[in-house]
Amino acid sequence: MNKIIWIVLIILGLLAPFVVYPVVMMKLLCFALFACAFNLLLGYTGLLSFGHAAFFGGASYITGHLVKVSGLTPELGVLAGTLFAGLLGYVIGSLAIRRQGIYFAMVTLALAQIVYFIALKAPFTGGEDGLQGIPRGKLFGLIDLNYSYSVGGSPLALNLYYFIFVMFCLGFWIIYRTIHSPFGQVLKAIRENEPRAVSLGYKVEKFKLIAFVISASLAGMAGAMKSLVFQLASLTDVSWHTSGEVVLMTLLGGVGTVLGPMTGAFTVVTLQSELSSVVGSWITVIIGCIFVVCVLAFRRGFIGELGRLLKRSL
Amino acid sequence: MSQVMLGLNNGVFYAILSLGLAVIFGLLNIVNFAHGALFMLGAYVALLGFTSLGPLIGLPDFHLNYWAALIVAPLVVGLLGIVIERTMLRRLYKFDHLYGLLLTFGLALIIQGTFTNFFNVSGDPYDAKPEFLNGVVNLGFMMFPKYRLWAIVVSLVVCFGTWYVIERTKLGSYLRAGTENPELVKAFGVNVPLMITLTYGYGVALAAFAGVLAAPIYSVSPVMGSEMIITVFAVVVIGGMGSIMGSILTGLMLGMVEGFTKVVYAPASSTVIFLIMVVVLLVKPAGLFGKES
Repeated sequence: MNKIIWIVLIILGLLAPFVVYPVVMMKLLCFALFACAFNLLLGYTGLLSFGHAAFFGGASYITGHLVKVSGLTPELGVLAGTLFAGLLGYVIGSLAIRRQGIYFAMVTLALAQIVYFIALKAPFTGGEDGLQGIPRGKLFGLIDLNYSYSVGGSPLALNLYYFIFVMFCLGFWIIYRTIHSPFGQVLKAIRENEPRAVSLGYKVEKFKLIAFVISASLAGMAGAMKSLVFQLASLTDVSWHTSGEVVLMTLLGGVGTVLGPMTGAFTVVTLQSELSSVVGSWITVIIGCIFVVCVLAFRRGFIGELGRLLKRSL
Repeated sequence: MSQVMLGLNNGVFYAILSLGLAVIFGLLNIVNFAHGALFMLGAYVALLGFTSLGPLIGLPDFHLNYWAALIVAPLVVGLLGIVIERTMLRRLYKFDHLYGLLLTFGLALIIQGTFTNFFNVSGDPYDAKPEFLNGVVNLGFMMFPKYRLWAIVVSLVVCFGTWYVIERTKLGSYLRAGTENPELVKAFGVNVPLMITLTYGYGVALAAFAGVLAAPIYSVSPVMGSEMIITVFAVVVIGGMGSIMGSILTGLMLGMVEGFTKVVYAPASSTVIFLIMVVVLLVKPAGLFGKES
């Protein structure tokens, strides 16, 4: 049963660029990976990070800079961005896990703000303008990611799309394997009852930190991919708004579900791109309202509710 | 020295806001993310009361003056807080405390987003401060703007007044008992739900009061609150929310440190509070005034 769902999803993903405009689809995939990475922390470890934009945005600056100025190939750029985010995750994570619950959220928010200030002031980030004109380059130095195929008269950037799709699947697979490993079971134990996990002899701090680093790395990978898709790394990517948005995506889709964050990310990103032309900057207010309604009446999210109806965990 | 005094000016705002957060956290166990937005709302009540309220109610010559704004803005925002608590926050007490943070984050987005649509992000000046607070006063070691001195003094009075009420009066003892054990206090016949509502109302009214005080100093803009709240969160992490006096003192101290950093190395002044937070987390994770749990 599960296998069939995955195969259908992969086929949908492979065919998507012929139906949906590829750039839109790639944006969805980047934010979906971002939300899935975030969910590993909130949904499976019970840690609410309010600073995940630091990893997402930080990695997109690093990748953008390395690809643009140092001429790295895109796959190495993404790798570098991911590693950077992992390292940053190690630093921020080891500080933040010193406090619990609500303080954890505030510490991550404040630490992410330092990253924001650095992005604003550092010489290579382009300040308010961001890092523009990031080249997509040639994958492994061979395959031109800018190349567009003409399908039915419209140009489709399929090379880039499939690169992003494969990266997304890789990231998602890592998260899936983490959740379903013995390590993931310990994370869930910590989420459910931390003192009990401690009393069973688990080094809770270590587990939290590893989960934080994995989550940060993959959030960074999503950001790195985003910088290639939009050829832009901007201050928005590192701002607290982005940190809040990823929380909303996860909440709306279903905290602690495998497919929830993806669903939530698709919903929020689609809403934003569809509505922003109609309502302009009122979109922030709408996002805020969704947040409030979600917290008050819809805490399980789409997939969580669906799972409850089907009486199984999705 | 003059920068440290100007820093103290920021410090009193940090103190009022972190005090409000601590009072709310003590009884409601939630961190009020909307605190910054309500601070901004307070400033806008003052601004709009001065510029737009008269024409709106058909009295073009009516301007809500500064003194009235100092009373009206906290009342308006406090009432809004009471509505928020009664209609929304109340439903969340039985769930994880993180939901309170997320709900108030959503509210902050709504309030800030609404104002961003009507007002310029770069801000509008508020020129309704009383005549006699214009100009400077000689403090012996420096010339200091009269208004800023007024803001410092009145903030300190409000902060220490609140501390006195909570720590030294009968009303405060109910509040402290409610923080320790709400069930037991309820059993003694104290109306705890009402106390919670009023506490939230008072906490956000403090934020609005700070907003009015800040209006003549900074330009009134829709983003003034969000910039403030993140810094105040760091202040709260440094001080710990367990102690009322602790949050006041931490706020004042960090304002002065920030002012001092402007003299020593200006580019670091926007991040120094966050860096201090890092050091505190390394050395004393529970915060300066926090208890080890």
